[in-house]
Amino acid sequence: MQTLLINGQDHAVDVADDMPLLWVLRDVLGMTGTKYGCGIAQCGVCTVHLDGQATRSCVLPVSAVAGRKVTTIEAMAESPVGQQVQKAWLEHEVAQCGYCQPGQIMSAVALLQAHPDANDEQITTAMAGNLCRCATYTRIRAAIKSVSRA
Amino acid sequence: MTDNDQMVAKVSRRSVLKGSALSLGGLFISAWLPPMVGRSFAAGTVATARLGDNAAPGFGAYVKVARDGRVTVISPKIEMGQGVQTAIGMMVAEELEVPLSQVSIEEAPPNGALYTDTLLQFQATGGSTSTRFTWEPLRRAGATARILLVQAAALRWKVAPSECRALSGQVLGPDGQHADYGDLVDAASLLPIPNDVALKPVADFKLLGTPAQRLDTPNKVNGSAQFTIDLKIPDMLIASSLTCPVYGGKLKSVKDEVARKIQGVRDVVRLDNAVAVTATNFWACQQALKALEVEWDFGPHASVDSAQLDNALLDASIRDGVFAKQTGDIAAAIKSAPNHFEAVYQQPFLSHSPLEPMSCVAHVRPDMCELWVGCQAPIFAQMGAAKISGMPMEKVVVHNQLIGGSFGRRLESDFIFQAVDIARQVSYPIKLIWSREEDMTHDKYRPHYVDRLNAALDKDLRPLGWEHRIVGASIVASYLGQLPESGVDGDAVEVAIEPVYALESLQVRYIRQDPGAIPVSWWRGVGPLRSTFPIECFIDELARNAKADPVEYRLGLMQEQPRAQAVLRKVAELAGWKEALPAGQGRGVAVSAVFGSFVATVIELEMQGEKGIRIKRLTSVVDCGFVNNPTSVASQMEGGTLFGLSAALFNEILVEKGQVVQRNFNAYRQIRMSDAPAVHVHVMPSIESPGGIGETGVVPAAAALVNALHVACGVRERRLPLSRFGYFTV
Repeated sequence: MQTLLINGQDHAVDVADDMPLLWVLRDVLGMTGTKYGCGIAQCGVCTVHLDGQATRSCVLPVSAVAGRKVTTIEAMAESPVGQQVQKAWLEHEVAQCGYCQPGQIMSAVALLQAHPDANDEQITTAMAGNLCRCATYTRIRAAIKSVSRA
Repeated sequence: MTDNDQMVAKVSRRSVLKGSALSLGGLFISAWLPPMVGRSFAAGTVATARLGDNAAPGFGAYVKVARDGRVTVISPKIEMGQGVQTAIGMMVAEELEVPLSQVSIEEAPPNGALYTDTLLQFQATGGSTSTRFTWEPLRRAGATARILLVQAAALRWKVAPSECRALSGQVLGPDGQHADYGDLVDAASLLPIPNDVALKPVADFKLLGTPAQRLDTPNKVNGSAQFTIDLKIPDMLIASSLTCPVYGGKLKSVKDEVARKIQGVRDVVRLDNAVAVTATNFWACQQALKALEVEWDFGPHASVDSAQLDNALLDASIRDGVFAKQTGDIAAAIKSAPNHFEAVYQQPFLSHSPLEPMSCVAHVRPDMCELWVGCQAPIFAQMGAAKISGMPMEKVVVHNQLIGGSFGRRLESDFIFQAVDIARQVSYPIKLIWSREEDMTHDKYRPHYVDRLNAALDKDLRPLGWEHRIVGASIVASYLGQLPESGVDGDAVEVAIEPVYALESLQVRYIRQDPGAIPVSWWRGVGPLRSTFPIECFIDELARNAKADPVEYRLGLMQEQPRAQAVLRKVAELAGWKEALPAGQGRGVAVSAVFGSFVATVIELEMQGEKGIRIKRLTSVVDCGFVNNPTSVASQMEGGTLFGLSAALFNEILVEKGQVVQRNFNAYRQIRMSDAPAVHVHVMPSIESPGGIGETGVVPAAAALVNALHVACGVRERRLPLSRFGYFTV
């Protein structure tokens, strides 16, 4: 048994130590906002926050999460920056198929929480790990810039 | 042979793609007003009498108005990111006079009688047909419902319908009366269906043509949107599979003692060409699949590699093939013309690789087969599932789902059939999820192609005509089981047989060369992308050889194409085409008429070192007729253009020993934020019928890129992707 702190709530789970957090979230806890895309930290659709840092949950063993704070897309509406980013995403009509967008938003929120005045270069660096096959990059950038104080 | 054989008689992709003129007769009148189905059918019978036999089956197919006034639009088109369901919702809301916020969308079940796309000739989402097909019948459905509701109100108030009007979900009477739609539906459902429904003129549109908020996006930014991979039904277990790494191979034997002991694993299921594991979670499935000792019979393709396939294609290019088009006498023209020019272009195999891997929830019970799956061709899914499960068609229920990217992949049903095959062998529902590796190595790939163009040129090096040999697999034959008698794959030669350029003589040959070892299918952009790449590179080469401006040179051959001319002129203007660039930089252009739309793109790039490419500016202009939702159109163009660039820069599926080499995104690189330029899109205002937009942006991107590269570094690349020759993005 292991206790995970996810979105401010404790969850007791009985899973193998090496099971990635992604599958604990999706298949054990039923939190499906965090997506599976590649399983090797190449696409970013599984992005969550670990103590506020954008982290790929598909390669993060659940044992490494002990005592740390996990935040997922399901809790973004409760964070001030999360709210702003979600609103900007709608105003800029970013999403197409939408499958990667929870991960994109998690990366964007982590960036803007650390750098409220993120510039173009910081946006490029922070978002380069998140693929979008619909290639909505033009709008992702515009949405982040609209929230950034830069 | 495919499971789609039965549909061959009905379907011809060629006629699909020819059909930019809509042949819709308002056959499926579709206002289904409660209170009950029986009554609605009664009204439908009246309609049958008045409209002929075609009216009844479609009655209620598209629009339902509930007693609480809520409007449900049954969408014959699946949402996979292209914004189609919002567009369809807008069409109905406009004519029905309700706010878009009052409209919900429901996925249509498979039902060819109701939901056949008259352009595609079967029930499917693809070929950039969605708006083109739905434009008339869905507006008509909304208008029909409105007229019935107004008539019901007029009867209640004992006034003439012409004295009433519909506004914002209500009917308003001449003396201040008003009634909500919900209060009128019972009375309205008893009225006969009108048969001469006038649609609003464009000038009266209030909603269509405005940048409306998409209906599907709020749930996509908060994680609550459910894709197939996210679904859960009672007692369901997760399944994952390994399919034979060589196409056409079979499962020989499996040792599963170790796998079965893994925590959470329930069953190991043997299939003809695959083995699957079911478990409480996907991770356990993956661990178990790794622990299996599998022996395969690789079958006839076990020694095939890419070089063999490429050589076979090049060898085939000198075969005669079949004529897809013959105008004038190209042989004589080439013989007598003062000049000629020949070039060969090559395009690679491509994977679709949507970010949501292939997934399907399946439950096979003794009396029923139920599927929950995002698919583009639900009717084929249903047919195949019936065959595999041994159920009659009507016992197979398909609940179509939101799609997490497709790009053509989910026109195929192979993964759905595999899910049914697993589910029929277990007593519980399963959710089959392919790992990324399985998804990428078991795609149905965009085929590789060789195009050989040979032009007869006049003394000014302008084309009198050309011979165009198109060599490649037939996707039509693969999808439908056979080609029409002519032997021409209408998809492969589209655009090539009707280029935007006026030529005195044009000869197009289609030379079919199926790879065999690799299954093939539709890929976003389809035939128009396939043919636009070589043609737009070739015309650019001709212009450069003539020392002419490539835009002016093209325009000189486009006298009969005013709309194509207009987008080309506009893109040149917006991209600063005439402005001089320093050495090491270049602009390239491409133009095409595709899916009933017209598109032109200019790419401006800079070389950094010998092979580094920095795309500085990307401008695209589209004329897609009347624009339903300007935001969606711009999005599709932006994303489509980058989607096309991504493949042109980086993507090629290779085969070694019959197995696909690229297994994940580390080896099949995609364009990222770090190399994606901003895309500037201009949409031409128009009141013409809507053209396609979901694939239009993809089409000119690769040719514009290659043409720009030639200017910037002097090298004319004729084969994609550019990474093949060491180019990279900076």
